[in-house]
Amino acid sequence: MRDFAALLERLAFTPQRNAKLRLLAQYFAAVPDPERGLALAALTGDLKLRAVTPSLLRGLVAERVDPELFAISYDFVGDLAETIALIWPDPETPPNDTDLPLPQLVAELQTTGKAGLPGLIAARLDALNPSERYAYLKLATGAMRVGVSARLARAALAEYGGLQLIEIEEIWHGLTPPYLDLFAWVEGGARPEAAALAPFRPVMLSTATDLDALRPLDPADYVAEWKWDGIRVQAVSDQGRRRLYSRTGEDIGAAFPDLLDRLDFEGVIDGELLVRRGDAVGTFGELQQRLNRKTVSKKLLETHPAGLRAYDLLIWQGEDLRALPFAERRARLEAAIASLGDPQIDTSALLDFGDWDGLAALRAAPPDPVIEGVMIKRRDSPYLAGRMKGPWFKWKRDPLVIDAVLLYAQRGHGKRSGYYSDFTFGVWDGNELVPVGKAYFGFTDEELRALDRFVRGNTIERFGPVRAVKPVKVVEVAFEGLNRSGRHKSGVAMRFPRISRIRDDKPAAEADRIETLRALLPAEAP
Amino acid sequence: MGATRAPLIQRPEGLYCPGGDFHIDPTQPVDRALITHAHADHARAGHGAVLATRQTLDLMAIRYGEDFTASRQIAEGRMRIGEAEVSFHPAGHILGSAQIAVQAGGPRVTVSGDYARVANPSCAPWEPVPCDIFVTEATFGLPVFHHPDPATETQKLLASVAAFPERAHIVGAYSLGKSQRVMMLLREAGWDGPIYIHGSLERLSAYHIAEGVPLGDLRPATDNSLKKADFAGQIVIAPPSVFESTWAQRFPDPVLAFASGWMSVRARARQRGVELPLVISDHVDWADLTRTITELDPAETWVTHGREDAVIRWCELQGRAARPLHLAGYEDEAE
Ligand SMILES: [Zn+2]
Ligand SMILES: [Zn+2]
Repeated sequence: MRDFAALLERLAFTPQRNAKLRLLAQYFAAVPDPERGLALAALTGDLKLRAVTPSLLRGLVAERVDPELFAISYDFVGDLAETIALIWPDPETPPNDTDLPLPQLVAELQTTGKAGLPGLIAARLDALNPSERYAYLKLATGAMRVGVSARLARAALAEYGGLQLIEIEEIWHGLTPPYLDLFAWVEGGARPEAAALAPFRPVMLSTATDLDALRPLDPADYVAEWKWDGIRVQAVSDQGRRRLYSRTGEDIGAAFPDLLDRLDFEGVIDGELLVRRGDAVGTFGELQQRLNRKTVSKKLLETHPAGLRAYDLLIWQGEDLRALPFAERRARLEAAIASLGDPQIDTSALLDFGDWDGLAALRAAPPDPVIEGVMIKRRDSPYLAGRMKGPWFKWKRDPLVIDAVLLYAQRGHGKRSGYYSDFTFGVWDGNELVPVGKAYFGFTDEELRALDRFVRGNTIERFGPVRAVKPVKVVEVAFEGLNRSGRHKSGVAMRFPRISRIRDDKPAAEADRIETLRALLPAEAP
Repeated sequence: MGATRAPLIQRPEGLYCPGGDFHIDPTQPVDRALITHAHADHARAGHGAVLATRQTLDLMAIRYGEDFTASRQIAEGRMRIGEAEVSFHPAGHILGSAQIAVQAGGPRVTVSGDYARVANPSCAPWEPVPCDIFVTEATFGLPVFHHPDPATETQKLLASVAAFPERAHIVGAYSLGKSQRVMMLLREAGWDGPIYIHGSLERLSAYHIAEGVPLGDLRPATDNSLKKADFAGQIVIAPPSVFESTWAQRFPDPVLAFASGWMSVRARARQRGVELPLVISDHVDWADLTRTITELDPAETWVTHGREDAVIRWCELQGRAARPLHLAGYEDEAE
C-alpha cells in the first residue's frame, strides 16, 4: 500500500503528462504482480469494489471526532476523504510498522458484506498513516481523481512495454484485473488473443468554430447535421461480442442492455446515444438517469428506452471504411442503417443549407430542444483518430445569459477550497429576490478572489457553512438551457450555469426578473 | 489602579501591556516593542525601542538595515519594565526565537510567539514556562494538521531527484528559518553536494553559519558561469515567491517543491502550483499544540494567529477557559 499511496500522491500534483507517464512506468517496473495490476485497475476505474458511501465514512468519523471540530476541519480541507484521512485519531496502541499489501486490502473490500464494512474500514484506517488512509479511502470510494485518465494509465503501460497505445486499447475491454496476461505481454510474452474481439477504435473529434472562422471556407465542401445533446458512442458488434463505448473508450454497455440487444450486425457505428420514445428525443437529464447503473430496472427500460442516432460508419461486415471520404461513408451508413429496419436506430439527418448565414439561421432555431448546435464535416475527410482542426467542426448554440444578484455563498471544495466559490444567485420576483440557481465556476482566479473578498466583507447572516450576503452584487450568469423544476421555489432549473462576468457596473435593482426566465421555458408537456 | 488590571490587552496594533507600557510583536510602529522572533509578521521596522534576543536583533538588522529601530536592547534574564517583570525563553521555532513571559502584579502570562516542539538544530528547544494565561499561536490549530517526521519528507525530495535526474528541483521555503532547516535536513539525509540558493537567502544563511549552524556547501543559484543543463539533478532553495516569476525558468524543467506545514492539505498545495509538497513545519501541529496546553495547564488560554475556532472548541470540550484574540496583520501563509 505504501508504494501505491506514494504513487497517488505524486501523480495528484504532477501536471505534465510526460512526468506522469514516467512515474507510472517506474511504478510498473518496481512493483510485482498482482499489486501493479490492481493499481492499474484502480486508475482506469475497472476495479469493482463494494461502494463505500460518504455517509458510511461520516458515520465512522462521527464516532471518533467531535462534530464541530470535524465541520471546521472539513470546511478548511474541502474534501471528505482527505479530511477523514487527516483527522482520523491514532489508535491507543500504535499499529506495528507493517506495510499492508494492496491485494489484501482490495480482496477484503470485495468480499466483506455490508454489515462488516464499517468495522473493516475503521480497523484499516487505524493501521494506516494519513497518506495511506487517503489512498485507501479513494480506493474504497472508487473516486481516485488524481489527474490520470484511464487512457493515460494505459499509455504509461504501453510506454513501459514499448508498445503502441492503440495495441493495448484494442484488447483492453477483453481483459480483467489484475491483468497478469497483459503485464506478461508488455514484458515480452504472448499477446492475449482472446481479449481482442469487439475492440474500441479511436474516435474522431471536432473543434469549436464560429461564423467568422467559417466565412473563408467554401460551404459546398461541407455537410452539416444537428449536434444532439446525448452521449457520443461507438456501437460495436464483432462475432457475437457486442459493446457500447464512450468516446474515450470506456465500456458503458452494462447500463444499456436494451440497445446492446439491438446491435444485430457485424460492424462499428459512430453515433449519439439518446433516450428515444418514437420520434421524441429525451433530454440529457433523462439519459443521465440511465447512466452508471450496474443493473437497469424493467420500469426504467420502459420509461427511458435507449436509442442510437448514427453519424458515421467505421467498419461494416468486415470492411474497414475509415479511409473513405465522408460522403462515401455516409452513403454506406444510410444503406446499413436502413438494412437494420430498427426504429430505435436511425441516421442523423443532413441539413439543407446554401451558405454559412443560412446555416446560422438553422442553428438559431433548432426544431428540437435536445439539439445543442450543429456539426460541420468536410465531404472529403477520412475518419481520423483524435481531434484535429479542419475536417470536423462543432458550432454550439450560444449560451443564454441573465443578470442576477448574489444571495448566498459557501466555501468551495477541491481546488477552490478555502475560498467562497459556490454561489447561489437570484432574480427579482416582485419586490423580492428569489434564488434561481447555483454556480461555482466560470470566473477567473482573480474574479474568484474578488468575490471571496466581497463575501467576507458583506456577510449578513450565517447558516452553518453558508453565508447570506448583502444583495448588492450583480453577476452575469450564462447557462445552456432551462427546465421546469418542482424542487426549486422559483420553478425553474438551469443547465450548466456559470458566472460569466461580474457586473460591478450594474445596481441590484436592474438585475433580471423571474418573468424573463419563465419566458425561456420549453412549452409544457401535454 | 487596582491589582486586577489586565496584564495584557488587545489593541489594534497588537498585544499591549499597560503595566509596562510596551507591545509584544506589534503590527504597526510603536514606542516600545518586545519581539518574539524575526519573522516579518512579528518583527516590523520603525519602532522607537526594541527588546529581543541578540539573534533576533541581528536578524532584524540584516532584514531591515541597522536603523530598523531607534534603540535596541538584548533580552537577558529577568528584566523590569515599568511595573512589569519580563523574561525571554526558547520557543524552538527559528534561530533566536523566544516566548515572552510577563507579570505585572497580577497573573503570569506567557506569549508563545510561534513555537515548535520537534528538534530544530538551529535553536534551543522549546521550554515550558509556567503561567496563568498562555497566549498560544494556532497557525496549524486544526485537528487535520499532523506534521510527519521531517526526515521522511526529505526522503521524498531525494527520491524525486533520483526519479527525474534531468530536471532541477526548486524547493520553495521562506527565507528565514525554513530555508536553513531544509539545508540542515538535506545534510542529515546525506546530501553532501552543493545546494544552490536564491540571492535573498545569502545573508541570512551566512548568519546561521556564523552562529554555529553548519549548512555545508552553499552556492549562488544565479552564477552566470553555470549553464541551464548544469542544474540537472541539483537542488535549489528559493523563497516561494519565485514560483510566480520567471526566475525559475533558468533551470531545466524544474520540479517545484514547497516546504511548509500547509502542504499536508492538498488544495493548499494545488493553489500554489506545487508539484512536490513537503510537509516541513516550524510550528506545533495539532497534537503538539493541544499537548502543550495540557502540560502547561494554564487557568486561561488565549488563542491567536491562525485557526482560533478549533482550538477554542477543543478547550471547551476539555473544560478549559479560552478566548480568541483576533489580531490583525499576522500572515496566514508566512510559515
Ligand atoms: Zn508567525
Ligand atoms: Zn514565525
